[in-house]
Amino acid sequence: MSKIQEHRVMLKYADDPEQATLAGYRHNGGYKALEKALESMTPDQVTEEVLASGLRGRGGAGFPTGRKWQFVPETDKPKYLAVNADESEPGTCKDRQIMELDPHQMLEGSLLCCYAIGAETAYIYIRGEYPHSIKATERAIEEAREAGLVGKNILGTDFSCDVWVHPGAGAYICGEETALLTSLEGNRGYPRIKPPFPAVEGLWRCPTIVNNVESLACVVHIINNGAEWFKGLGCEGSTGTRLFCVSGHIARPGVYELECGKFTLRELLEDFCGGTGTGRPIKGVMPGGSSFQVLTPDELDCTFDSDSVQKAGSSLGSGAIMVFDDSVSAVEVALNIAEFYSHESCGQCTPCREGSDWVRKLVARFCRGEAREGDIELLMDVTDRMDGTTICALAEALVWPVQSYVRKFRSEFEAGITRRAAEHEFGGFSKPVESVP
Amino acid sequence: MSVTLTIDDRQVTVPEGTTIWDAACQAGVEIPVLCHDPKLRPVGVCRMCAVEVEGARVMAAACVREAEDGMVVRTATEKVERCRGMLTELLLSEQPKQSPKEATTGDDKLFELARAYGVKVRLPQGNSRPQDDSSPAIAVDHQACILCDQCIRACNDIQNNDVIGRTGKGYTTRISFDLDNAMGKSTCVTCGECVAACPTGALINKEIEVPLRPREQLKTVPSVCPYCGVGCAIDYHVDEKENKVVFVDGRDNPGSGGRLCVKGRYGYDYTAHPHRLQTPLIRVDSAYPKGPLSAAVQSSTGEYEGKRKRKRKPGGIVDYDEVMPAFREATWDEALDFAAQRLREIKEQHGGGALAGFGSAKCTNEEAYLFQKLVRAGFGTNNVDHCTRLCHASSVVALLEMIGSGAVTTTFGDIKNADVALITGTNTTSNHPVAASFFKEAARAGTKLIVVDPIRTGIADYAWRFIQIRSSTDVTFYNAVMHVIIEEGLVDEAYVQKHTYDFDKVKESVKGYTPDVAAGICGVPAEAIREIALAYGRARAAVTYWGMGMSQHVYGTDNCRCIISLCLMTGNMGKHGAGLHPLRGQNNVQGASDAGLIPMVFNDYQSVADDAIRAKYEKHWGLELDPKPGLTMVEIITGALEGTVKGMYMVGENPFLSDPNTNKVRRALANLDFLVVQDIFLTETAEFADVILPSSSALEKLGTVTNTDRRVQVVRPVLTPPGEAREDWRVICDLSTRIGYPMPYEHPEEVFQEMIELGGAYKNLTYENLGLSGKLYPCDDPENSDGTVVMFGDGFPTENGKARFVPVQQSGPEELPDEEYPFVLITGRMLEHWHTGVMTRRSRTLDAIEPEAIVEMLGEDLQKLGVVEGDLVQVSSRRGSIRLKARETHRMQPGSIFIPFHFREAAANVLTSEKLDPDGKIPEFKFSAVKVERVVAGAPSERRAASGAVRRR
Ligand SMILES: Cc1cc2nc3c(=O)[nH]c(=O)nc-3n(C[C@H](O)[C@H](O)[C@H](O)COP(=O)(O)O)c2cc1C
Ligand code: SF4
Ligand code: SF4
Ligand code: SF4
Ligand code: FES
Repeated sequence: MSKIQEHRVMLKYADDPEQATLAGYRHNGGYKALEKALESMTPDQVTEEVLASGLRGRGGAGFPTGRKWQFVPETDKPKYLAVNADESEPGTCKDRQIMELDPHQMLEGSLLCCYAIGAETAYIYIRGEYPHSIKATERAIEEAREAGLVGKNILGTDFSCDVWVHPGAGAYICGEETALLTSLEGNRGYPRIKPPFPAVEGLWRCPTIVNNVESLACVVHIINNGAEWFKGLGCEGSTGTRLFCVSGHIARPGVYELECGKFTLRELLEDFCGGTGTGRPIKGVMPGGSSFQVLTPDELDCTFDSDSVQKAGSSLGSGAIMVFDDSVSAVEVALNIAEFYSHESCGQCTPCREGSDWVRKLVARFCRGEAREGDIELLMDVTDRMDGTTICALAEALVWPVQSYVRKFRSEFEAGITRRAAEHEFGGFSKPVESVP
Repeated sequence: MSVTLTIDDRQVTVPEGTTIWDAACQAGVEIPVLCHDPKLRPVGVCRMCAVEVEGARVMAAACVREAEDGMVVRTATEKVERCRGMLTELLLSEQPKQSPKEATTGDDKLFELARAYGVKVRLPQGNSRPQDDSSPAIAVDHQACILCDQCIRACNDIQNNDVIGRTGKGYTTRISFDLDNAMGKSTCVTCGECVAACPTGALINKEIEVPLRPREQLKTVPSVCPYCGVGCAIDYHVDEKENKVVFVDGRDNPGSGGRLCVKGRYGYDYTAHPHRLQTPLIRVDSAYPKGPLSAAVQSSTGEYEGKRKRKRKPGGIVDYDEVMPAFREATWDEALDFAAQRLREIKEQHGGGALAGFGSAKCTNEEAYLFQKLVRAGFGTNNVDHCTRLCHASSVVALLEMIGSGAVTTTFGDIKNADVALITGTNTTSNHPVAASFFKEAARAGTKLIVVDPIRTGIADYAWRFIQIRSSTDVTFYNAVMHVIIEEGLVDEAYVQKHTYDFDKVKESVKGYTPDVAAGICGVPAEAIREIALAYGRARAAVTYWGMGMSQHVYGTDNCRCIISLCLMTGNMGKHGAGLHPLRGQNNVQGASDAGLIPMVFNDYQSVADDAIRAKYEKHWGLELDPKPGLTMVEIITGALEGTVKGMYMVGENPFLSDPNTNKVRRALANLDFLVVQDIFLTETAEFADVILPSSSALEKLGTVTNTDRRVQVVRPVLTPPGEAREDWRVICDLSTRIGYPMPYEHPEEVFQEMIELGGAYKNLTYENLGLSGKLYPCDDPENSDGTVVMFGDGFPTENGKARFVPVQQSGPEELPDEEYPFVLITGRMLEHWHTGVMTRRSRTLDAIEPEAIVEMLGEDLQKLGVVEGDLVQVSSRRGSIRLKARETHRMQPGSIFIPFHFREAAANVLTSEKLDPDGKIPEFKFSAVKVERVVAGAPSERRAASGAVRRR
């Protein structure tokens, strides 16, 4: 038995089949937080509580949620909440657990946020490939509407709030908060230039909070149990519990609710998850979805929390931990990542649209063993120059991991250079790559 | 509020909201841009302008990011430079080896940057982006596209055509026309704004007559578009050796703002058409008695079959081989002497009244002035008119009668200041496309467009409310609107009291026009009438634009009186965003009218019947003048038919196609004893001439023209006239001198100043102070002011200084549909063609887009007739019939059809009636009863398969 234990807060009732219904949710204490807030807290107090809890966004960027809410200006304009349920980061499948097993939790968190920021409309932007989540969420909203929990004068108070589901259409980029907003407005899902940030100028140029599903689910428990309780979980910088999705070459994959700061990444993977399960050693770990740097076996002894993983040179990102063993070519993983991001680049800005495709082509050349002398430097140079020049962070989500693969598995890349191909284990390793010149 | 920031160690203070890029410009720091243009809304997509801002992790796009107080910006760090280099390299690696832009018009911004950065492409070259050659005017090379979105903004934000967007994602992203159609198959209206905006070779003009070359290698002449009344400013780029226009650019000017439409941008090559007349021609003896010479002119009169041996396929422009044998070449001296002698003879035998002249709204103000002077002083008659009679005569009559001035009271651009704009009887997107772009822009910014029209015109698509009224029920509709305004107490009593009289008469006359009564007559819901009345009545400022849908009726003057009353009773006059604007058709119809090309008035609308005024002219011109107002256009044609008018001089008019009832016109022209036609091509009218004088096109002379806004602009010689062709003003002077009334002018400006001396409207203006942008007349201070936008802030140029209300009652059209002629025919124009097609059908691009005559009708009407799109149909009225192809549209009402009148082989005016409005003397082009019959046999389904896809908008 591992010393690591799951600590279920958000997923506490996930195994209760009734939890997805309003009755079940209420039976297990649901909507108590909303009642409490509406009865005994001002909107500002809700925000204060969330701020004090140390909650950081669970969508990937890890921005303090309470601080974000405080950015909403005093204005006559309507305000909005957009719930980011687009969950498209490779390896990430946690929001789906909440939406399908406990949709009212997300709904309650959303209503709390709306109350706090003064929004009367919330849109839940759900990934189009999640039909079950869409259905479950819609059902929950209907039930809540009938019960007077959504709509006019919620729970008989002055607070009114309507909630709508908006299904995505399959573009990864629509998970980026500003692209999500342009998509909601009915336009192509193109990210917008920040500033202005959505909290100041978002949907239809009105103040809008964009929060991840899990972030909002946490809010419910913060209001129920207080900021101090929440801070008592996890560690400084990573308060509360967090959902992690472990996948890849791993003996026990799954979505786990864990407290950070109590163990190392290696312990998590090797003890709790049972190692690769292939009989081969770990070769690389992506600790926060594919958008961040890969960690090599010698980098796994960092404590498992946001700040420590960041210090180790990567990020917990969206909580998707992907593991691969030494049967895998690092160049191939890099290619997979490059292909994903170049395919998902919205194409709006030059460095990403053109750059990501050239990176893909270059990495493919390594993969086919057809790279030329100087291509490594070229790859590093191009990616370097892409960093920090784009409209949104998608380009960086390509640049950072690819650069880390080149740095950490340089010999494999070198092996992809024509002349040396035969000399290396993965030399000349190639899978057919479509349409690469 | 202002902010102070530091850019590359320079402090600069700018107003809040200024972008870093603008601030840098102010500080003298250059930041390269690719997707940014100060004319366009910044989008920040190319990232070329990315700069470092102290304290920020990522770079900021200077073109979008607003300057903040205390910001420290660095624009030339190593990091910044490296990024610029990478961007250029990335973009360049996809480009064709040579820039298509540099090879044509020059100025490829990307290639310039590449050279500046000395970029060498190290990246693998790609070539997987396609080309699109489907547009007749524009070549699209997606390979060269850098997705800077400038074309998108040019199309959507400047021209408001909403054609271009983006498709695909990542590397497969491309600009797309509509839903990724080929450009030529999209709703693109070929205005070329996107080409003008494109910084690379992705969108380039196709060659029209001479190979495209960079601007620097060409002579650039700033002038004015020769087509519609918007009078867009144009830079013509000319190959001097070839004496041909290579390409044009829209020129920034306070009226047109640098925008152009397809005609202005691509319709200039008619000037170099081989059909240009280059030598004076005299009819040979064997060609008498006079009659039509070409097959199409015969066929359109129904005399085609069997009369002549040499048949040719009907369609297209005149066949010179058919017509030329009837003429011989002559010297200028011979032709002018002959013409002068014959005209003099007629005058001597029958008096000046037996002579008449048609001038042209295509000529300059100076030429118009000289022409009417020639007719009045040389011929000794006031029988002088021009095509204004056929377009806005009724508007001008109503305006003069009610507010004392025939010109617009505000500009088309002033719509941006209006809450509500009533746009009625005008197909603005086709006929005044650049004005329409300002209307659409205003609509986007919140002006409510109320479009009232029997046709769902293009501008209706942008309307707040579109009312598709039954043809010819305008008076009822507007009387009902006024009824509601009065009922609801929305009359501006103070204004009415102070600035008008006879309001009670209108109040009385609209009493019976309740919305419910009107609803039944106009075929629109009473509620809609009420809603519009309230919106118009409550508007802070409401402006009215109208076109020939109002004026070209036998009660056209009444239509105009209604909308003028509506404007006056709500006090929508004398302030920004309010007023009256009849959209004038020709590029100089305003000017030609101002210059006195009207039978009743000298220049500046001074009555010929007024003794004092006439005395002034008699003194200045040195002879006695006829006090009797002359005949109008259609009356002159009738006179010719009846033999009272015997000799005519026509400059740049083609009444054969433009006047109603072509068959009557033909007989009238044939009946003239003597006809001099001065034109640039052998028109249908010229087939009846005794002498033909080759003249200059609009691009071949110096002078001034006045647009619909009252903007007087200088047109400059772009080309030299071909062969022996001469400028019209010189020819008029020569002929006048030979007739016995010497006109010793040396320069057009002498004429301009004489005009000003005799009539004050253009006071203070000179060619010099008109400069490049021109001036709106009246202009009190040309040195410092662009002229007057809003007229009549304080009273009207009438005797008592007040405007007069004129009540009107609904009368019916001349001829109502019946069992035999069940359809209503509305004639008009197409975007790509101009009037009788003489110019535009000789412009390759325009002709390629719309090569043939068509009739537009609803699918349901086509179906009833068993006709499919592309079928030949015969359209007949009581006056004649024509054959042309059917086109399906969603823009008509059931039972209404539309025929453009540009096509000689299917001349719409064969069908129209010459019945006139009693006051404006304008014919009813917008309502004739006709029948439509299927010509071809066979099942519709087979034919449908055979007929290709047709452009539809
Ligand atoms: C390319 C890209 C894709 C993203 N996709 C998602 C996503 O699928 N789900 C999500 O919650 N956040 C996603 N984000 C992060 C959001 O932009 C945003 O930071 C987040 O929704 C904020 O919510 P939080 O503060 O609650 O985490 C993405 C960001 C980028 C740059
Ligand atoms: S960085 Fe990529 S995904 Fe983001 S806006 Fe630019 S092109 Fe689109
Ligand atoms: S030519 Fe004009 S209408 Fe056509 S795509 Fe370009 S800007 Fe739009
Ligand atoms: S076609 Fe030209 S203007 Fe349009 S996006 Fe491409 S490069 Fe820019
Ligand atoms: S010029 Fe600023 S991003 Fe293109």
